[in-house]
Amino acid sequence: MLLEPYRVLDCTGQLGWLAGRILADLGADVIKIEPPGAPLDAPDWRANNANKRLLSLDLECEQGRAAFLKMAAAADFLLETAPPGSAQARFFDPDTLAAANAKLIHVSITPFGRTGPRARWQASDIELMAAGGAMSLAGEPDGMPLRVTAPQSNPWAASQAAVGAMVALTGRAASGRGQHVDVSAQAAIVASIAHAPASWDLIGVNPMRAGAFMTGRSVHGAVYRVFWPCRDGYLNFIIYGGVAGRRTNQALAAWMADSGADLGVLADIDWANFDSTQATQDEVDAMEAPIGEFFRSITKAEFLQGAFDREMLGYPVNNVADIAHDPQLEARGFWADLPAPGGGSERHCGGLAMVDGERLAVDRPVPGPGQHSREVLGEFGFGAHEIDALIGDNVVADQ
Amino acid sequence: MTAIGQALGGLKVIEIGGYAAGPWIGKVLANYGATVIHIEARDRPDGFRLQYPPYKDGKKGINRSGCFSYFNDSKYAVTIDVKKPGGLELARRLSDWTDVLVENMRPGVIDRIGLGYQELKKTNPGLIFMSTCNMGQTGPRAATGGFGSQLSALAGFCGLTGDAGGSPQLLYGPYIDFVAALVGAPLILAALDRRRRTGEGSHIDVAQYECGAFFLAGLFYDYHANGKIVERDGNADPVAAPHNAYACKDDEWIATSCWGDDEFKRLAEAAGHPQWAKDKRFKDAAGRRKNAAALDELIGQWTAGLTADQLVDILQGAGVRAYKVNTCADLFTDPQLTHRKTWRVRKHPEIDTQAHYFPGFDLSEQPGDVTAPAPLLAQDNELVFREFLGLSEDEYKELEENGVF
Repeated sequence: MLLEPYRVLDCTGQLGWLAGRILADLGADVIKIEPPGAPLDAPDWRANNANKRLLSLDLECEQGRAAFLKMAAAADFLLETAPPGSAQARFFDPDTLAAANAKLIHVSITPFGRTGPRARWQASDIELMAAGGAMSLAGEPDGMPLRVTAPQSNPWAASQAAVGAMVALTGRAASGRGQHVDVSAQAAIVASIAHAPASWDLIGVNPMRAGAFMTGRSVHGAVYRVFWPCRDGYLNFIIYGGVAGRRTNQALAAWMADSGADLGVLADIDWANFDSTQATQDEVDAMEAPIGEFFRSITKAEFLQGAFDREMLGYPVNNVADIAHDPQLEARGFWADLPAPGGGSERHCGGLAMVDGERLAVDRPVPGPGQHSREVLGEFGFGAHEIDALIGDNVVADQ
Repeated sequence: MTAIGQALGGLKVIEIGGYAAGPWIGKVLANYGATVIHIEARDRPDGFRLQYPPYKDGKKGINRSGCFSYFNDSKYAVTIDVKKPGGLELARRLSDWTDVLVENMRPGVIDRIGLGYQELKKTNPGLIFMSTCNMGQTGPRAATGGFGSQLSALAGFCGLTGDAGGSPQLLYGPYIDFVAALVGAPLILAALDRRRRTGEGSHIDVAQYECGAFFLAGLFYDYHANGKIVERDGNADPVAAPHNAYACKDDEWIATSCWGDDEFKRLAEAAGHPQWAKDKRFKDAAGRRKNAAALDELIGQWTAGLTADQLVDILQGAGVRAYKVNTCADLFTDPQLTHRKTWRVRKHPEIDTQAHYFPGFDLSEQPGDVTAPAPLLAQDNELVFREFLGLSEDEYKELEENGVF
């Protein structure tokens, strides 16, 4: 496995869960640390903590902290999300931890980073998506800024944390020293808006919400529809210009003709010379009318297959159920069925990628409370009596 | 562009392809010290050089694209025409020299060019070869090509954005390309770590569509385990209420949310309306969600009279989660991003100054940097082929005469 020799102590909250999951999929031994009695049944927790082991350890008390420090001295990575300024953040002090283990790679994942004028500001997903610029670009042009309904700040922060952890590991291979990696969710989210900031920076145009239409393509200011109602939802299709766009438009017209659909003005368009930048809104509307009619007659699945067969650009707007049943993911062995608590199995995202033709292994089921407490502590050099004492004092929970 | 002492100093990366998904991985690696070479052909330059605005002064030009430069700072650029005599051999030499190759073409294309993994590993067995594309290298729809902006719809993100019952919404740009790049970069570095221990190279097959699933992992779990299909729901949240964006003075917006009754009480007091917290309709989260329209109206009346900066100062001061809905322009003056030096301005020969994005993480001992502006097309042919690869003057001249560059 890629990261087989390494041990990770994962003390994160939701902002950082995916970072540990990524390292676990890469083959590291990731030990998730949760306080005894913490609820472990939220879908998001379970999805992001598969492939890890679990140690139930109370980090609020002296005994628990001493035990943790002993483990940190022998670990390769520490991932944590302690709020800046909190007692927990003082405990996860980078200098103290580095003094205990110079090789430790310590990754702090926080809303705004460990330092700075707003480091102690509080934020959940919606405030972070606002702070990182993403909300200003989603929603109807004259409507309210929107977030993606499923929290995205967590995976943006956690995935950048995983990159930071691996950059630090690479650095350690040469220097022998670990270091502190400071991750800001806000700054991480800025990556999600592509090159939009360059527009303001270079030409003074502040990009705004585009809604469901593509703007800025026609010299006459015409807008092109992006989302089209179909029989069971929506499709994403755009009348593009360019080589691939013209080929797509032509293929769609042929598909409509094969299906006996009314082509309207599409019948007379010379696609080889079609220039989407020169169309007026009336012309765009006339082209889009028969397309809209055709799309209303087909399903998402029919569009996906038809567009693939005809080498067209465009995809259906999937929901989670559509994706869950996609034969492409099935064929690549994407989903991992892991034993569920109380028997049966539960389905998770499988390994991150295929390496040398094989999917990275996800072979550790989601851990239960205290499940690995004894074995983990034993591996970190705690004797049986010590472990019993920690359990007896309610510092560690056993299965 | 290799800063001595940077964490990835000495790491050699070449990238073949273009647009965002591949080059963004190289950009991040370059920001921490890797030597990254962006390969193009003169008759097929990176599509971002000429297909999308912004251009310097609004004038299109091969070296004037702010879009290309945004994703390619800190790199070298060379041109190779593999169809010209000696061109393929030159690309092979570069592939033998490098530690990492990143390509983001349709499956099979790189094999047809003669630069596929099976071919290259014969002479460079330790090569880390990453292919990133829409669907992955295998499966019934492997051959699908397409844009990340549309793949973001297939992967569920557009469908999860918008009002309940309304149209799905666009996310700006190829959202999923950056998701996939952040999954791809750790994979490359992990494969390199294994190589250090075992000498083994690897072929990494990243499907951008699959990477997207990790950003929605909890939703998939909930569907598989409970049959629940989460759909777009405006700015609503299943737990917090209020939880929304509110219009302020001067066409600005803030986002704010309350995750418990105490936080709502603090918001009500901060707004000068402590009676909101005593209103029966708003006594708990369930009530506040049920009466969200009425509550949003009240909060909106308060926010409309103040600027976003005033509002977030009041709310954060009262211990309530709140932030201005930053526009792109705001990102350049945000005090926290400024503190982190998120924007690194570099001078480009044709674009002049441009602000480059620095990633959301930094290292305490070996901090990264934007080490150079984006390269001009073919800018580093001589440096890379003569100095890095060690071509003789005669070899270089011959290739030049053959039209390889």
